[in-house]
Amino acid sequence: MSEIDISKLPKGGKGFAHDFGADQTIFKGVPWGKAMMWIFLLSDTFIFSCFLISLMTARASTTAEWPFPSEVFGLTMFGVQVPLLLIAIMTFVLITSSGTMALAVKYGYERNRKMCGWLILATAIGGLTFVGMQAFEWSKLIFHDGVRPWSNPFGAAQFGSFFFMITGFHGTHVSIGVIFLFIFARKTFRGDFDTGRRGYFTSMKSDYKAIEILGLYWHFVDLVWVFIFAFFYLW
Amino acid sequence: MEQEKKKTKTHSIGIYLWIWGLLFVFSTFSYLVDWYNLQGLLRWSLIVFFMLIKAGLIMAIFMHLYWERWAIVNVLLWPMTAIMVFVAIMVAESEYTFFTRALYFVMGG
Repeated sequence: MSEIDISKLPKGGKGFAHDFGADQTIFKGVPWGKAMMWIFLLSDTFIFSCFLISLMTARASTTAEWPFPSEVFGLTMFGVQVPLLLIAIMTFVLITSSGTMALAVKYGYERNRKMCGWLILATAIGGLTFVGMQAFEWSKLIFHDGVRPWSNPFGAAQFGSFFFMITGFHGTHVSIGVIFLFIFARKTFRGDFDTGRRGYFTSMKSDYKAIEILGLYWHFVDLVWVFIFAFFYLW
Repeated sequence: MEQEKKKTKTHSIGIYLWIWGLLFVFSTFSYLVDWYNLQGLLRWSLIVFFMLIKAGLIMAIFMHLYWERWAIVNVLLWPMTAIMVFVAIMVAESEYTFFTRALYFVMGG
């Protein structure tokens, strides 16, 4: 793979022209798996953008009053109404898991197998906590408040369908990420990335670059949550 | 040489902890926007401002885009302009839909 010494190539705009004009691999020094993950994430960006843009369109075009998320997602703690409490905690949990993932990638490249494994495990547990809190949020809205995709007690009927679709699609991403994180934690602890043991599913040898690629996916999940937090919960 | 080949150059742990802390701080700020119940243009501009800072930090440092070559950075970021165009189109569209709805609900069809 990357036999090219990228430190000798021109950088910045000149490097851009050089790489694209090279009549060879364009993404120099980028393993193919990482390039493909980025392209996948780009396509995923478009899917989430379509969801959020349709949310904007529905919200701006409805004549009914849009439910105020601050109250809908508020919780009463010790007799005090706290706005968006659960969502704020979920945000911090996801950011924390993103931080542990970034450190896992770093320790992976430094060939610190144990540290890398524990950090991936911590990331997985953070993701699991997030999904658990989301399940709590959903069940509260469905069973307690009676929110349905076609109606809700707070205001505009479209609210429910957008809530379930956007947070559900994001939650699915988190769940898939958690599954892969647990698999990768096991692979790391077993030393697959040191010995180049072939994967069960792909039959391909792998090294610590795989953890950076998984990390890209996990950071993307966090990135999408930043936008959902802003546009769905805070707006 | 063998050791050189095995270990990939990494960044110091400090930068990750710094970004981690900053993400916490900016998340708190955006939560405070809701806590203090700011409204109108101030609310929206603050939400977008904190959102973009957080997104930028995650992409640049956590996802290592800052250290990537321009070839892949440009391939990833330019398509985002298409999303901005789409947003502009749908703003116009939703305003028109709202206008016609308001009109026909008042006039009764």
